[in-house]
Amino acid sequence: MAKSSSWVPHIEAFVDSSRSSSQQNESLEALASLLRNDVLTIELLVREMEMYLTTTDNVIRSRGILLLGELLARLMVKPLENVTVHSLIGFFTDRLADWQALRGALIGCLALLRRKSSVGMVSGSDARLVGQSYLQNLQVQSLAQHDRMLCFELLECLLDRYSDAVAALGDDLVYGICEAIDGEKDPRCLMLTFHLVEVLAWLFPEPSGPLASFAGDIFEILGCYFPIHFTHQQGDDFDIKRDDLSRALMLAFSSSPLFEPFAIPLLLEKLSSSLPLAKVDSFRYLSHCVLKYGVDRMGKHAKAIWSSLKDAIFTFSLQGNIFSLASDLPDTMGFEENDITKEALICLEKVILQNDGIFLSLIVDDEDVEMILRSVTISNSYNSLSVESKQKLLAFGRIIVVSAKISSSSCDRIFHFLFPRLMDILGLSSSSLSLECIPYGSPVSFGQLNFGAIYLCTELLAACRDLIVGSEDIAPQSVLMQVSWCCLLQRFSGPLTTFLSSSLVTSMKQENCDANIYSGVKGLRTLATFPGWFLPISKSIFENILTVFMSILTAGCEETLLWKLSLKALVQIGTFTEKFHDSERATSYMNIVVGKIVSSISLDDSSMPYSLKLDAIAEIGGSGMHFMLKVIQGLEEAISANFFEASSKGNLKSVEVLIPLLECFSKKVLPWFHKTSLFEDIVFHFVINIWNQMEANTTFNIGIKANELLDVTMMVMRQAVADCSEKNQGLIVQKAYNILSSSASFSLKEPMPLSIPLKTEGLQLTQNLQDFSCRDEWLISLFASVIMALRPQTCLPDVRVVLELFMSVVLKGHVPAAQALGSIINKLPATIDSVEVSRACTLEEAMVIISKMNLWSVNGNSSFRKCNVICKSVENLTDLDISANNNAMVQTNVLVGLAWIGKGLLMRGHEKVKDITMTLLRCLLSTINTELLPIQHGLSGNDSGQDMHPLVMKSAADAFHILMSDSEICLNKRFHATVRPLYKQHFFSIMMPILLSSITGSDSSITRSFLYRAFGHVISNTPLVAVITECKKLIPVLLDSLAVSSVDILDKDLTYSLLLVISGIIMDENGREAVTENAHIIINCLVGLLSYPHMMLVRETAIQCLVAMSGLPHVRIYPMRTQVLRAISKALDDPKRVVRQEAVRCRQAWASMASRSLYF
Amino acid sequence: MTLGLINANPIVHAKKERIARTEDLHGDDAVDPLDIYDFVRDIRDPEHPYSLEQLSVLSEESITVDEKLGRILITFTPTIQHCSMATIIGLCLRVKLMNYFPSHFKVDIKVAPGSHANEESVNKQLNDKERVAAALENPNLRQLVDECIYSNEL
Repeated sequence: MAKSSSWVPHIEAFVDSSRSSSQQNESLEALASLLRNDVLTIELLVREMEMYLTTTDNVIRSRGILLLGELLARLMVKPLENVTVHSLIGFFTDRLADWQALRGALIGCLALLRRKSSVGMVSGSDARLVGQSYLQNLQVQSLAQHDRMLCFELLECLLDRYSDAVAALGDDLVYGICEAIDGEKDPRCLMLTFHLVEVLAWLFPEPSGPLASFAGDIFEILGCYFPIHFTHQQGDDFDIKRDDLSRALMLAFSSSPLFEPFAIPLLLEKLSSSLPLAKVDSFRYLSHCVLKYGVDRMGKHAKAIWSSLKDAIFTFSLQGNIFSLASDLPDTMGFEENDITKEALICLEKVILQNDGIFLSLIVDDEDVEMILRSVTISNSYNSLSVESKQKLLAFGRIIVVSAKISSSSCDRIFHFLFPRLMDILGLSSSSLSLECIPYGSPVSFGQLNFGAIYLCTELLAACRDLIVGSEDIAPQSVLMQVSWCCLLQRFSGPLTTFLSSSLVTSMKQENCDANIYSGVKGLRTLATFPGWFLPISKSIFENILTVFMSILTAGCEETLLWKLSLKALVQIGTFTEKFHDSERATSYMNIVVGKIVSSISLDDSSMPYSLKLDAIAEIGGSGMHFMLKVIQGLEEAISANFFEASSKGNLKSVEVLIPLLECFSKKVLPWFHKTSLFEDIVFHFVINIWNQMEANTTFNIGIKANELLDVTMMVMRQAVADCSEKNQGLIVQKAYNILSSSASFSLKEPMPLSIPLKTEGLQLTQNLQDFSCRDEWLISLFASVIMALRPQTCLPDVRVVLELFMSVVLKGHVPAAQALGSIINKLPATIDSVEVSRACTLEEAMVIISKMNLWSVNGNSSFRKCNVICKSVENLTDLDISANNNAMVQTNVLVGLAWIGKGLLMRGHEKVKDITMTLLRCLLSTINTELLPIQHGLSGNDSGQDMHPLVMKSAADAFHILMSDSEICLNKRFHATVRPLYKQHFFSIMMPILLSSITGSDSSITRSFLYRAFGHVISNTPLVAVITECKKLIPVLLDSLAVSSVDILDKDLTYSLLLVISGIIMDENGREAVTENAHIIINCLVGLLSYPHMMLVRETAIQCLVAMSGLPHVRIYPMRTQVLRAISKALDDPKRVVRQEAVRCRQAWASMASRSLYF
Repeated sequence: MTLGLINANPIVHAKKERIARTEDLHGDDAVDPLDIYDFVRDIRDPEHPYSLEQLSVLSEESITVDEKLGRILITFTPTIQHCSMATIIGLCLRVKLMNYFPSHFKVDIKVAPGSHANEESVNKQLNDKERVAAALENPNLRQLVDECIYSNEL
């Protein structure tokens, strides 16, 4: 046991009120840890503290008691003996009477009462004594906020944990609580008081108990808080929101049925308040209370509740916002409910759920409802209804939906009440049977199209359908069939279908009946989506509906509202049948809808535009797996038939058909498969099919539009192959390779040993590829697409041959081949461990092949020599006697190839990319290399030789764009590229010093301009974060390169992306300093761009940047103010509105810098 | 001079939704009344914390533009017949347009016919270059105008 001298000073420190609060806290913690570690016992401490606990000095006594209380609060989990607990609680119970030292006593009581039984807790009788002492001694409302909160916590703790013990206090307790909570205003305390009432109600549930006698008083206290008016800003220390308070109060309100006589009248009264919040809250409380108070008590309020609900729903629904026809979904027709209506409808649902008998009779017998029904069906067309009637109609629809959806019996009641009348109004009931023989499509006279009735009818049907679908698993069909509304529906379903269909046909011919169309389509859709086992809707009706929609679909020659809705309805019906595994209906759907629409692909009826047709097909296919399979089949057939026509006969029309077909396939169908990833085989067969066609067809000839078709086909090929598994990909590659090698023009042979000088072979290849036939171009392009989309694990046949083939094609300027090369390089394994794959090739080997091939003449020196590529290829080609212009072409082609290979390397993080970039750089710097110029002069033999250099240099600069930018076509995640994280940043940090030093080092303006271009490509594709860390050095160069790029109209995209980099730097906090330093030149540059004529976005962004610049320290920017204002005043006259508006903002920002005056 | 407000109890109308223009990058973005209206609708009334739009002093229909001739005509309606603030409002309109519109437009500002007791003199005052310039020389007036134009109270 520690010596008393070691810890007594802590007590003294805490009690001494002259010490700082941090000192006091330290000694408190020190004592607590001593106690926790059994160095000190609580008994010893209390004995030592005796003087502090009993002295007559109020201050010291209160500090002493507080110390003991706080210590106990920190020892909640330390076991204490029952005797100790007993004597401690006895002490604190007494101290509750000591108002000067109350805080400590409250904390002590709380700490003891909250102890768990395992560590020694307060006994029930002691707890009761605490309660008694509390009730006798405490005047809660006279205390300060924190003490009040402690008091409420103490009460809450007593009620929660010692409910039996304190329940014995009976009336005293309830009265005491009433007194304590009366007039409380602090939100934190209020949360507690509301909870107290709730617990109290749970404690005394009996109707003649203590609560019953005080219910009125308690409610009087609670009632004045309703509705909660709470204006505290968010971000207070205590984290209480209005919603929390409102919810706590709601729980208190609904805690006991004893509150019913007080609460319901209050809520009903508040419903008539003009405060929207009060209304919302009242409905929310009502819904909650209704369930808690029970049927018996609520019965007498039913009438009053219904009339308030009615008022609220009819008056507040959709204020000002009638049918929002803008939305495409028919479900959301016109319903942007406000909160009041929403809560009212929830409340309506709750009350009907509780007592459907009374409420349904109230609804059905209500005279107002009757009147509304009459008023909304009085006029026929939607447009002739008054705004008020429209509102009422929609609100009425909502009421019907909510009440019919609740249960089978409520549905029955509403249905019987409404349906026959609606049928009467629509004129279907009297001659219900004879109507069935009205042939489809005969227009109904406009007089019968009563919009109100149709609307209500569709809403009602939708509600019934939802009920049936929702209750499918509970109610077997036999039970359902006995419900009488089903018979009624069965009787009318035929005529109704006919009626709605002809109403749609009628509305097709008229304008301005969007509302009719919505209702008609919705009604038919609802009828068709009643579950199949539900007999009222027979198969023939289902098929009729499908036929109607189909006829609308196929008749549509443009995308009208009706067309769109019908398509959507068909898709929904399809999804529904698929979801409910309704085989009979699925068959009908398949035959009528899918079969017909698929067969329409090949039909050449011009009534429907082809793109619309394809849209419809894709949408309908998406509604279910089986349907999709059928659609795919149809599409495939169409594609292959057209492909044959187009490729062998050169049929122009087929080409035109094929392009949208393939586009549809790649944009709609393949993504669907990509999502489900189940039907890989189908995709595989599709690809193989195309290759078969390519194989079979030796007289390949597509005339005009061939390129467009090729592009689309390549896209489809890439996407399809990318979705296949490794195994299938392997098969596809093998097949493609075989076809390719059987083609005469590609003499694919085993690669020559690398030692043989490649020069001759290079020549040979170049000769062979003098020009492509159409078929060859297709073959090689499609093969390249396949290669691009392969997975890294798929093994390639004869990599060496393929590499050489592609490289030779690259020379011809075939970009896909270059991309394929890049993809191969990107995905090749670095090492191969299995010997069996003899034809496989590692990355290293491939690189060797490439370096040998690419240079044609490495001359035993494997490193890239200065401009070897260019020089040597130039040399070779001289022999071939090609004109100088072609030379430049070949050189640029080589550069493009190099760029894609470099991209592949860069993305996988291979260091060889350095060699390639060095080559590119050398090309850029080559004008100063005078040794090259004579060669060119020599070989071209005329002055035009000088012209080709800039072209080559430009493509070398653009190679950096290929290297850095993200490509849509290949080398991305979709096509399984190997991507090293942060590869762009890495490349950026390597390249920047080199580029910067070469820019400063170059003395030719042409060279510099191309270096700027390369720099621009690199920097605009680098993530901004990396740029900003370096921005001090970069800004001047960036501005120069912007100035260079803004000269040419062709470079507008580069200009824009560079400007975006600058704006990123300006906006970023970390770039601020560098921007401030360079403010002058930045502003000069931006001002220059204000009149950039080629792209509006550039002007707009430049102005936005200027606005941002105006936030810099005034000392720096003030000198430029006049210049900026002058330039901006010109921008005010910009032809584009957006620019003008930005200019106004900018002008204001810069003008207000000095004074408010704009004069300068 | 009467103390207190000239129109103590104006009728306040709801602000209209700003119509987002449809993005039409290739269309012809000529200056139209809505453009001008968007500039001036938020000018604060000299004596109330409401915008000219809210007080119905201005509307889109009251502005006409002829881009060929480079003319803008704004007709505004003071809230009451003898409103001495009419000239101030007109001055605000003129200053704002002067600042934010290309100077080749000729701006005419008038009160709506029959809406003001001294219609003619107000119109004359507002369209007299010299008098506008002189008014803006007056620091008190200048301050009042600036407050109305740049007010953030709304």
